[in-house]
Amino acid sequence: MHLALFLIFGCICVAAAVNLLVQRHPINSALSLIVVMGSLAVLYLLLGAEFVAAIQVIVYAGAIMVLFVFVIMLLNAGVEEHTHGSKVAMRFGAPGAVLFVIAVVAALLRRGPDEMLPIGAMYGSPEAIGHLLFKDFLLPFEVTSVLILIAIMGAVVLARREN
Amino acid sequence: MVPLSWYLVLSAILFTLGVVGFIAKRNIITIFMSIELMLNAVNLSFVAFAAHWHQLSGQVFVFFVMVVAAAEAAVGLGIIIAVYRTRETLNVDRVNLLKL
Amino acid sequence: MHLDFTTYLIVSVIKDVIFLGALLTIVAYTVWLERKVVGHMQNRWGPTRVGPFGLLQPLADGLKFIFKEDLIPANVYKPLFIAAPMMSLFFALLSVSVIPIGNNIDFTLNGTAYQIPLQITDLNIGLLVILGVTSLGVYGIALAGWSSNSKYSLLGSLRASAQMVSYEIALGLSLIGVLIFSGSFSLREIVNSQAHGHWNIWYRGQFIAFFVYLTAAFAETNRIPFDLPEAETELVAGYHTEYSSMKFAMFFMAEYANMVTVGSLATLLFLGGWDGPMFGPPVLQAILPVVYFLAKMGCFLFLYIWIRGTLPRFRYDQLMAFGWKVLLPIAIANVIVTSFFTALLS
Repeated sequence: MHLALFLIFGCICVAAAVNLLVQRHPINSALSLIVVMGSLAVLYLLLGAEFVAAIQVIVYAGAIMVLFVFVIMLLNAGVEEHTHGSKVAMRFGAPGAVLFVIAVVAALLRRGPDEMLPIGAMYGSPEAIGHLLFKDFLLPFEVTSVLILIAIMGAVVLARREN
Repeated sequence: MVPLSWYLVLSAILFTLGVVGFIAKRNIITIFMSIELMLNAVNLSFVAFAAHWHQLSGQVFVFFVMVVAAAEAAVGLGIIIAVYRTRETLNVDRVNLLKL
Repeated sequence: MHLDFTTYLIVSVIKDVIFLGALLTIVAYTVWLERKVVGHMQNRWGPTRVGPFGLLQPLADGLKFIFKEDLIPANVYKPLFIAAPMMSLFFALLSVSVIPIGNNIDFTLNGTAYQIPLQITDLNIGLLVILGVTSLGVYGIALAGWSSNSKYSLLGSLRASAQMVSYEIALGLSLIGVLIFSGSFSLREIVNSQAHGHWNIWYRGQFIAFFVYLTAAFAETNRIPFDLPEAETELVAGYHTEYSSMKFAMFFMAEYANMVTVGSLATLLFLGGWDGPMFGPPVLQAILPVVYFLAKMGCFLFLYIWIRGTLPRFRYDQLMAFGWKVLLPIAIANVIVTSFFTALLS
């Protein structure tokens, strides 16, 4: 059951990621990326990380990708064209990527018998993550809030019209 | 029961697809989305290792990666809008000169 | 008490069917209620012809939508044009899966004790699921407007998406006060922490959060006074200009299902859910919580309709300024004051 769910959602992940590369209009790529994020949320749930899965859907798929879809709709750029650079990159890049994946997968699977992760392996309740965030990781937490403030100011300044 | 290495294999495949997208695509928004794909692949590795070593810090770090991705997406899309206003194109091959 | 997998599956499917059927019936009759109430507010009757008091009007409307011609304009982006209303309705209906409507029903059958929770599933992160589904609901509107390939639709959907994303933040922050007192995201736990009249709205001082939540929820569901993106005098019909028949009906149903979700959440989080005076034999004690819950939720639906008949709508810049400059600081202030008093009094 666990294996079936992992294989199904893993295949959906990879298929959507390949679709992101294959599609020529950026809106299709954006929707494929949302599918990737959704299936990753399911995989996080399989590993027991329920708070991270919820945050993945709310923040990543529900806010960051909305930003991407907004910009694509606003700029309305249209279908991507194939230039000389992209043809060269595809001709050398795709086989190179396949070789790289084969090398990495061989290295990973050769490690010998390793631990099986049961379903819900590391249960991350919001309370436990909250304890960690506000005790052990308090400084990074406050620094990220400053980072977001800087990003907001940067985005407002960059998108302003010069007049 | 799924072995840890299968999660890492999936993460590696997604990361490689992100790298291919970053190098091969020419629309700047698609390049940006490949970066997000790479970040997601790394998040999966973090959560898998958190389950393997039974430490919740892996999941907390995913939280920080997401915050950084959000900040980067906001600023990056602001830059893209600014570039589009002057160059009228989203193709990176046409934005390769400092002067118009 | 642990059920085996097939029994659990069958019970869940039956609950799914009952909850979805009830939700869709409530949605249909909310439309009837709106037409009647707004009609009486405007000194006219509303539907009276089809059935007694016009009660069969939703049935007639449904038949009309099915038999209307389904027009797909020529230059639309077809996959997204067809998928967007389905996405909207899917996400709107998904939130009913974590909403509890009453206490657990305990009964014994052939000597074994059974317990049926009146909820499809009680997740530990139930409230986060509803927030996530609300976040994803923006896509139905954004993609509908963009795929329609028409300037009114695009403008309407951009405005609606920006509005929904902006008010989501105030919505989430207003719920933090509730979470401080309940200690869990599970909706059943939140209701149980308000038992015996200790409702969050008055016993725990969350009345400001209640009003912030209601205002943000009105903006999330695109209802008056925040319905500029779909107002007829402004943008033809906004993001659903190019839609007809069943697809338009799906957007319509999604909007009313969102209203029902908002009303249910408001009663669960602020008004104590199914809390109320208990009396009578055990059968009555099992039914009374459901009656109280439905009555409170009905009050919120009536409030939605009442405000629709009374208030004018905001202009878009007023709307965005209100969300960011007024509602968000109030929600943050509520979080600070609530946590300050909780730390002080414990």
